[in-house]
Amino acid sequence: MAAVMPAPAASRLLMSGNEAVARAVWESGTRVAAGYPGTPATEMLEQLSTYPDLYTEWSVNEKVSLEVAIGASMMGSRAFSAMKHVGLNVASDALMTFTLTGAEGGLVIAVADDVGMSSSQNEQDSRFWGRFAHVPVLEPADSQEAYDMTRYAYELSEEYQVPVILRLTSRICHVKGLVTVGERVEHMPKGFSKNAERWVMVPGHAKRRIPLMLQREQELKRLSDKTPLNVLEPGTDRRVAFVTSGPAYMHVREAFPDAPVLKLGLSYPWPMEKVSQLAEMADTLVVVEEVEPLLETELKAAGFAAHGKDFLPRIGELAPEVVKPAVERLLRKEAAPAPEQAAALPPLFPRPPTLCASCPHMGVYYTLSQLKNLTISGDIGCYTLGAGHPWNSLDSTICMGASMGIALGMDKGRGETDKNKRILAVIGDSTFMHMGMQGLLDITWNRGNVTILLLDNGTVGMTGGQNTPANGRDIHGQGAPRIDFRKLIEALGVKPERIHEVDPYQLPVLFKTVRDETKIDDVSVIITNRPCVLIEEFKPFKPYVVQEDKCTGCGNCVEVGCPAIHVTRRDRVVKPSGKEVDLAFTRIDSVACTGCGLCVQPCAPEAIVHFAPAGQVINIQPA
Amino acid sequence: MPNTTNILVCGIGGQGVMTATEILSEAAIAEGHDVKKTEVAGMSQRGGVVTSHLRFGAKVLSPQIAPGTADVLLGFEAAEALRWAHYLKPGAMALVNDARLVPPVVELGLFKYPDDPIGEMKSRGVRTVSFDAATIARDLGDLRLGNTVMLGAIADQLPFSAEVLLDCIVKRFARKGEKVVEANRKAFAAGRAAAAKASVPA
Repeated sequence: MAAVMPAPAASRLLMSGNEAVARAVWESGTRVAAGYPGTPATEMLEQLSTYPDLYTEWSVNEKVSLEVAIGASMMGSRAFSAMKHVGLNVASDALMTFTLTGAEGGLVIAVADDVGMSSSQNEQDSRFWGRFAHVPVLEPADSQEAYDMTRYAYELSEEYQVPVILRLTSRICHVKGLVTVGERVEHMPKGFSKNAERWVMVPGHAKRRIPLMLQREQELKRLSDKTPLNVLEPGTDRRVAFVTSGPAYMHVREAFPDAPVLKLGLSYPWPMEKVSQLAEMADTLVVVEEVEPLLETELKAAGFAAHGKDFLPRIGELAPEVVKPAVERLLRKEAAPAPEQAAALPPLFPRPPTLCASCPHMGVYYTLSQLKNLTISGDIGCYTLGAGHPWNSLDSTICMGASMGIALGMDKGRGETDKNKRILAVIGDSTFMHMGMQGLLDITWNRGNVTILLLDNGTVGMTGGQNTPANGRDIHGQGAPRIDFRKLIEALGVKPERIHEVDPYQLPVLFKTVRDETKIDDVSVIITNRPCVLIEEFKPFKPYVVQEDKCTGCGNCVEVGCPAIHVTRRDRVVKPSGKEVDLAFTRIDSVACTGCGLCVQPCAPEAIVHFAPAGQVINIQPA
Repeated sequence: MPNTTNILVCGIGGQGVMTATEILSEAAIAEGHDVKKTEVAGMSQRGGVVTSHLRFGAKVLSPQIAPGTADVLLGFEAAEALRWAHYLKPGAMALVNDARLVPPVVELGLFKYPDDPIGEMKSRGVRTVSFDAATIARDLGDLRLGNTVMLGAIADQLPFSAEVLLDCIVKRFARKGEKVVEANRKAFAAGRAAAAKASVPA
């Protein structure tokens, strides 16, 4: 991404929460920012990389990203680490010790919860990490607050020597609202002070740090009751009083504009005195929080008669139309009439995400779908799409890099019925470097019998094409050392003769390599080597067309799963043998087709040819 | 929030739904409104469903449009417009590109694409104005102009003048030179005319 000139101070900009956080991180004089792409967090680092005067990087995983930030903080520099909710699980090992040493230069961890799971394997409430690690959690409710709270987070971090969690949700990260911005103020690092008792967390040292951490938490509790970030809005409609934070605040305000509300900006530790004051204002106290009843449980334990998840959903996003009728019911009143709507929808086809036209993974999944007797351990990213139609080729997906260990477990744990199954693991290049390498080492060391398909498309595909060590460019698109997978895999214990590099557009070669390697009782790695179609390395080929007069309706091309192939007509015929066969005659969308040729190879009547304008002859070059 | 305008833009990843909403946001900002814009973009670049919510007025709280409260629906694809039609207020208008984009699950014969999504919307009482934005754009020389055609179509349904929106489009393309600006002006005018023509009862 090209560097941009930041807008001058006092500009009012339409910014997403992620963009607002990035601007505030830059303004705060932060010197080091690291992250790993993941929806909905990706744009924070992407934006930061366009600002001058700070170091940014894509790290290979979230734990490393936090460790890079911790190192900078030890030097007295302000530092930033951004990740999605599942990323904080990965980074938690570093967090749980860093909370003991504490920050020197301000350190802010922005964690974006994919509430509603638009593209994640689970839904988590990252506020738990605040309580778990005894660190403060700030929760903005819109873009302006995301900006203001990020700036404040650095002050807070340095004043209390504590890492600060900025908890965002999809509805903060990806909502654009107006933000008034300021200017960058340099924050020069004081330098590293050697102090083994603080920085070296051996048991003897750590034992002395724990009381300090707990004392710090007590001070933060007092701050929580004093800070203007936790604001009590009295209101005139005294039927219900609400405690809420983040985007849920906006929903409550919209649904109940005149109710008393305690809006938590510093949502951990909890301001119990302010809650007491709020409870005095109405007969009923309701906690509106996304996702878990974290605060509700705490208030009940403290003796408050609080409502919350007893009548509000515990899954997915809240919204005014969710909160309002639920609260009205709680008040035993007639449910508010739902807004009048057009007649209910007819059942419509789903539109699940699919692989792009020419995606190099399509050939791999087509191949796997044509082979029998396989158990396939899948991984995170576009690879997960192989579980969908028409390939249906994945048997598991758990988390980043897990395809390796799970495949080994499948191999070692198989019983009599699975004795003859071939076990495969599928993983992408970025995921392999994130957490897969360790799993592969475990496979080789423990003599697993697994065939690994390493689909190297030279980018983090699912999140929009970020750079990785496998494509030799850094966050700015600048040249960087490029990892050699063959050497790396060999170093992890795979025999050189069991490592193959294949072109995923060459179906016969791919098919033969997978079939041969799965027959061998050893670890094999098959690396595919075509770039993601969304990055600049991908060069479109000449588009293809279906010759209508030659198409026999065999439908083989449809089985490849390319979104550029459309069925024009269906038919059912009875073969001389008496067997009924469904036919699907097709055409290719010439605008979408990039000419990879995958559909050409299974086409029985050889009806798919390059598009040639009238009178022009094109010589077809093999891909 | 009675003084808040709610515009729902829907379509498929890659059609420019988010960009169109962004330009509409800029126009609302130019008019001095508070603005919030958000997307529900499953896996936007991978052929999934995209809906973009735009709310503007004196002060916007929640970023999401509630079902039954949208003032206008701008649909980039026929079946997607049908999918989101229940977000409209009773009597509110849907402006729809009648292009049909059929996903692989339908091509595989697993699901059926509705025979007449626009007709279904109308039969459900939605004031639906449909036109072929893709052909209009192609005739103007570039399929990518479809986005601006759609903006032209919504221009007369906004609580501010069409010129404010056109200015935002022109500003956005100014860097790309006069030719691109001119093509977008034409696309905007064509979309505006198509919607006006389609909304006249035959």
